[in-house]
Amino acid sequence: MAMYNDKVMDHFTNPHNVGEFDNPDGEGTYGSPVCGDMMKISILVDANDVITDAKFKTFGCGSAIASSSVATDMIIGKTVEEALEVTNKMVLDELGGLPPIKIHCSVLADHAIKSAIYDYAQKHGKTYAGLEGFDPNAPEDEDEHAIPEELN
Amino acid sequence: MEKRQVYLDYGATTPVKKEVLDAMIPYFTEHFGNPSSLYTQGQEAKHAIDIAREQVAALIGAEPREIFFTGTGSEADNWAIIETALANQKKGKHIITSTIEHHAILHTGDYLETLGFEVTYIGVDSDGFIKLDELEAAIRPDTTIISIMYANNEIGTIEPIEKIAAIAKKHGIAFHTDAVQALGNLHIDVKKLGVDLLSMSAHKIYGPKGVGALYIRKGYQLPTHIHGGGQENRKRAGTENLAGIVGFGKAAELARENLVEHIEQERHLRDYFIEQVLQQIDDVQVNGSLESRLPGNVNITFKYIEGEALLLFLDMKGIAISTGSACSSASLTPSHVLTAIGVPVEQIHGSIRVSIGDFTTKEDLDYTIEALKESVAKLRNISSVSSSSGW
Repeated sequence: MAMYNDKVMDHFTNPHNVGEFDNPDGEGTYGSPVCGDMMKISILVDANDVITDAKFKTFGCGSAIASSSVATDMIIGKTVEEALEVTNKMVLDELGGLPPIKIHCSVLADHAIKSAIYDYAQKHGKTYAGLEGFDPNAPEDEDEHAIPEELN
Repeated sequence: MEKRQVYLDYGATTPVKKEVLDAMIPYFTEHFGNPSSLYTQGQEAKHAIDIAREQVAALIGAEPREIFFTGTGSEADNWAIIETALANQKKGKHIITSTIEHHAILHTGDYLETLGFEVTYIGVDSDGFIKLDELEAAIRPDTTIISIMYANNEIGTIEPIEKIAAIAKKHGIAFHTDAVQALGNLHIDVKKLGVDLLSMSAHKIYGPKGVGALYIRKGYQLPTHIHGGGQENRKRAGTENLAGIVGFGKAAELARENLVEHIEQERHLRDYFIEQVLQQIDDVQVNGSLESRLPGNVNITFKYIEGEALLLFLDMKGIAISTGSACSSASLTPSHVLTAIGVPVEQIHGSIRVSIGDFTTKEDLDYTIEALKESVAKLRNISSVSSSSGW
């Protein structure tokens, strides 16, 4: 019995888009090593506001790495506005699901994507409806770690 | 390298040795009698339990009548602490234990707190040793029991049990030790140690799961824990786990016979493994004492990566280890033991326990070191933190 499905394991063992760009158009980080997961996303955006490439670096467990891989796959080729619509739920569905206990803590993608786009918007003087009210420095939700007591 | 199956989690559980299984089998099918029955089959079963009691007693230097079989080590812990606490309420409702105990102790303490008891948790130093001055200072007139583990399950630190028992005795307080990890891995002599109560488990010493024991010093008054029939000298009712107890006895006998070479071999392999990992992989830290440590225990932090991810890579290569990472525990809280010895939380996430046992070979360890090198490098390449960027 494996803990993760084949698709998750595939993205974990052979993650797509690992790395950073020398001159990213936008860069954002979410999470912290203290919490056990930290994801950094870097993007390249062309003149038409299309994300032409994305890369990630993630400190975290198997599902955090797999969801980073899938999330970067999902935003490449999308416009910035479209990428802002990517939710953790969509990343989760793309992965074919995760064990319930993993869902809250290890899917950091939508916040990390928004952070990278926020950085891009700041640098290029742009505004997006999808970023309204977004604070890249908002603390992680404390509730996310309120999970029932361990079993063994 | 050709893939192999490498089990390096003997601290979690051990395989049942063939001699142990062979000793157990007839007690399922042939000699299945109820030890409480008076006819021959029953008496044969009772005799088999008597033998097992002698074998377990011999492993810790106890008298057979001081050994009481239980279902698990956790049950022994619960019994020792709860019944001592309840029986001595007139004296007081204060208990002392440590911050690095197994959950069988910590959660028993939580339960007693709900009944109005007070629990003091003694801290440890960076090697995991109980602070003896803190322990002495915590003792109060209403303290009824002190429980400190013999050896820690995560970092392998062996506590100065003889000294702690002497402190308890000096103050007239009962002393219990959870020796589940220590059993079969150290020379244990309860008389020399001076403990009142000591918990054991069969499945950590190549015996079956589902059987443990509590040593109760002769003369120590511990109330009955399960009420019913007259089994276990009327202290723990219920028809005995006959085959399991026979298996525990056989495992204890083998452990006693092989103790010296078992310790020697494990220590040798452990030291080799630690030395090689430190030599071949950067940014690595060994947790726990290097001197007073269980012979088969290794606990290592690989900085800048997360332990569950490492566990998964190793699992794919056929290697079984465990981790202190929060992400691999169902509660998502990082190891309380590594927290107690002061390992920074971000590093606890990257900590693993490798526990070596009787079937571990040098080839297994070489294979594991290669797998570790490869997996750690791969995860560090993915990681958003590194030695150059820092945490």
